[in-house]
Amino acid sequence: MELSELQHRLIKRLRDGLPIGKRPYANIANDLGTTEETVIETLEQLIAHKVINRFGMIIRHRALGYQANAMCVFDIGDDAASDIGKAMATLPYVTLCYRRERVAGVWPYNLYCMIHGRDRLTVRAQIRHLIARLELHDAPHKVLFSKQCFTQRAGKYGAPAISASLSASGPASTQTIPFPIKSGKYHEQA
Amino acid sequence: MSTELTRLQTRLIEHFQRGFPTTPRPFETIANELGTNEDAVISAISDLKDKGYLDRIGATYATGRAGASSLAAMEVPDDQLEKIAAQVSHFTEINHNYEREDKLNLWFVVTTADQASLDTTIKAIEAKTGFPIYRMPMIEHYRLDLGFALKWN
Repeated sequence: MELSELQHRLIKRLRDGLPIGKRPYANIANDLGTTEETVIETLEQLIAHKVINRFGMIIRHRALGYQANAMCVFDIGDDAASDIGKAMATLPYVTLCYRRERVAGVWPYNLYCMIHGRDRLTVRAQIRHLIARLELHDAPHKVLFSKQCFTQRAGKYGAPAISASLSASGPASTQTIPFPIKSGKYHEQA
Repeated sequence: MSTELTRLQTRLIEHFQRGFPTTPRPFETIANELGTNEDAVISAISDLKDKGYLDRIGATYATGRAGASSLAAMEVPDDQLEKIAAQVSHFTEINHNYEREDKLNLWFVVTTADQASLDTTIKAIEAKTGFPIYRMPMIEHYRLDLGFALKWN
């Protein structure tokens, strides 16, 4: 779907989040120089056309207790990757699942899933279950827990093609959320 | 876990990570659904934001539909990690940036309005940091971001 100029501007405006007040869509309409009704219609179009995958409260999962965050990567034959990915995605503890391009000579892994949990013991048990369930014992894989989060913010979609941060501009807002478990304690690579 | 959240806040997080109302007064719509009033909802959500549990009420996008994006990784010596991570995060095109336990230890997602900007941005980050960036663009997704459950099973 080709996005309209207004859709681009709405996407850009939404990066700052919906204002928390009685008439948030009217506030956005005011910023964009249009009507509340148009803002709502434009947003509903983006949702209906699945440009927006999810519209709602975007939480800081680490602050809410999801502090064991594992990216599991597998090297799966190209012909089997799609079927295994679809099966992986049905496991209840898998939060995201993707097939990605390998990096020749550096990174042979092509199938990724994220498991977010409260503690590493639970997440490790879930990874063992995943490997057993999908019979991936022979597939080369790695588990990369996150140690600290330097940034979590909205994607810069809907922006003009010229990047503001490529020219001289003020600093981007950056929030560092330290991970409570100190580094060095866990060395986990399957 | 979640002992600091009020019951209303817990219900808001459980129900409105997806399908947020697009009515003119969405917080009133939510209040009606949860059997409370608009001011209570606004105040509960403002408090979640103030306490750092809520990043924003907003959208996540299907990869490739709203612009260009890629997962990317770098190998950075430990003693330079903080500095390099800050340089990477300085680019407003970075929307996630994590240290992970691997030889490739800095992982981030770059999002831009189009593919040309994505290439330009990645080259600019390489020039700024002096480290090569490996890209792992998505080919296919099998499970989209659905938000998080608060109940631990």
